[in-house]
Amino acid sequence: MFEEIKIRQEKAKAAEGKKAAIGADIDLTKFESQDTSKPKHVATSSIPQGDRNKILATGVTLDDVSQRSGTFVQIDNAPMHAAVTQDGIEVMATSEALTKYAWLKDYYWKAVAVDADKYTAHVESHNADGYFMRALPGVKSVFPVQACLYLARGKSIQDVHNIIIAEEGSELHIITGCSTAGREPGVHLGISEFFIKKGAKVTFTMIHSWSPETEVRPRTAAIIEQDGLFMSNYVIMRPVHSLQAYPSARCVGENATVRFNSVVVATPGSTIDLGSRAFLNAKGARTEMVARTISTGGDIISRGYIEANEPETKGHLECRGLILGDRGTIHAIPEIKGTRAGVDLSHEAAVGKIAEEEVEYLMARGLTRDESTAAIIRGFLKVDIQGLPAMLNEEMQRAVKSSEKELF
Amino acid sequence: MDKENLLEIDNLFVSVDDREILHGLNLAVKPGETNVIFGPNGGGKTTLLMTIMGFPRYKVLSGKIYFKGQDVTEMPVDERARLGIGISFQRPPVVRGVKTRDMVLACLKQDDNDALVNELAERAHMTSFLGRDINSSFSGGEIKRSEMLQLLAQGPDLALLDEPESGVDLENIALIGELINEVLGKTHPIRERSRSGLIISHTGHILDYVNARTGYVLCGGQIICDGDPRDILNTIKEKGYQECVACLKK
Repeated sequence: MFEEIKIRQEKAKAAEGKKAAIGADIDLTKFESQDTSKPKHVATSSIPQGDRNKILATGVTLDDVSQRSGTFVQIDNAPMHAAVTQDGIEVMATSEALTKYAWLKDYYWKAVAVDADKYTAHVESHNADGYFMRALPGVKSVFPVQACLYLARGKSIQDVHNIIIAEEGSELHIITGCSTAGREPGVHLGISEFFIKKGAKVTFTMIHSWSPETEVRPRTAAIIEQDGLFMSNYVIMRPVHSLQAYPSARCVGENATVRFNSVVVATPGSTIDLGSRAFLNAKGARTEMVARTISTGGDIISRGYIEANEPETKGHLECRGLILGDRGTIHAIPEIKGTRAGVDLSHEAAVGKIAEEEVEYLMARGLTRDESTAAIIRGFLKVDIQGLPAMLNEEMQRAVKSSEKELF
Repeated sequence: MDKENLLEIDNLFVSVDDREILHGLNLAVKPGETNVIFGPNGGGKTTLLMTIMGFPRYKVLSGKIYFKGQDVTEMPVDERARLGIGISFQRPPVVRGVKTRDMVLACLKQDDNDALVNELAERAHMTSFLGRDINSSFSGGEIKRSEMLQLLAQGPDLALLDEPESGVDLENIALIGELINEVLGKTHPIRERSRSGLIISHTGHILDYVNARTGYVLCGGQIICDGDPRDILNTIKEKGYQECVACLKK
């Protein structure tokens, strides 16, 4: 075991200067690396109300947790709170889970490569904590489990390492919100490793609400076994300085399914390079990717990659973008690759402006031009997500709604 | 301008994409009246309705449009809609993400009134379409029912109906007729009727279900004939539009 840790640490050290394959490079030396502190186990009520309000904007409610099966809060690099209200669901700091379960080392850095780039390396070399969530075999979370990763200290780097395991036949619904306290520059580095076992289902709804000075580099990967389902929904509508993420899912079991939905708004000054990747490596595996992007002056690269390596696999990628105003760019890069006969892959991408004909149609019903435009944008951002629990769908729509006011 | 007219069009010249389509058109509609406009394809029928509604693509070169005694020639589409003009499109656009329910609520000028939306949708046989994106994968008949549903909710004083029967099967055309009568308030006694309609019809089938007072023939960008709608329709059926042009020359 120690040998394994040593190899991992060496790999991380070797990758300390390794730039990411895509996205603007961040000079991490300009930011303060934080020490990892032990989980604190404080009550959520001890978190200042101002911070709680910011956290609430990301769908994570700390005042009333009656509609949640579990809660986790990390501020900077310190897990502050972990609680669970349903038997068979586990929520704790990753460091505590590694101590409690010796077998967890078999999952640690197994979906994401520790030496993928300097950001993964930084997370490893700073011994990052994060959340561990697990649904025991056959257990279905009644309410969503929520997690908040909050960047409070300015000019610093937040390191996070999360591990999520849905055991056989279980269901885990997660809502996670990431936010920041102030407008000072900061970096969020987050590793998330998902393991969806046979017949299990995970829905993961992530809402980001950063500041115009935050740099964000999440590194997410999922491994989905037979008949498993992973559904990832991502919303970012508020300013961020730069965000680059390309979550990846490997369908390794027959009929494994992955769905990615993202709603992205890039405001002036924001650069967002976001995509989703799926590798269909087993018969009958499926994926659907839907991205809705809007630039109100910021720059977006919207990527998608589906690789089908077994017969009877199916994938579809949809990327639609709207450029509102005179500035801003949307660059859609959909890619599909089949390596066997019998794969069924397709994609569609469109970038444009709001159709005048649609605006006038609504105006003919008595809506003003602004009201018509708003209704069309609201509709554009409304992604119908099949299989997402109603409560999470509402949270997602609420997050979209609370931010969309700033678009008009 | 005659104050008794709900709509009055005075010597209207209109161009579309720099091509003049209407050449000095005159027309008047009184409150409570439903009139029907016949005409060959390309004669300017749709241009006339779109211009009355105020779509910017249809440029008024000269002439005036009065509605409720007010000069609306330069008025934007939405203001005309709020003043009481409504339109049923022949080929409305799909607006992704905007649900039929949202459109009905917009027409009702309400944020929320599920009971009323459901009631109206039931009347238009559109209940199962309320949660769908407006006009997305709707059949011909469904588009017309959706348009009528929106007009029912909007309740305009003047309804402009562009080919309400086109693409509609026989079973649905009776329902469309019923809905038009409802929009136009024809279920009320004649003396109490105040809503007016201007219907474009290519085939005249809608006249089997909706009574119209006056028929017009719009040809070459001008109204060239008016009279009893059924007489006009019979003549067109028998002799075609060339008879109208020949008649004008006599």
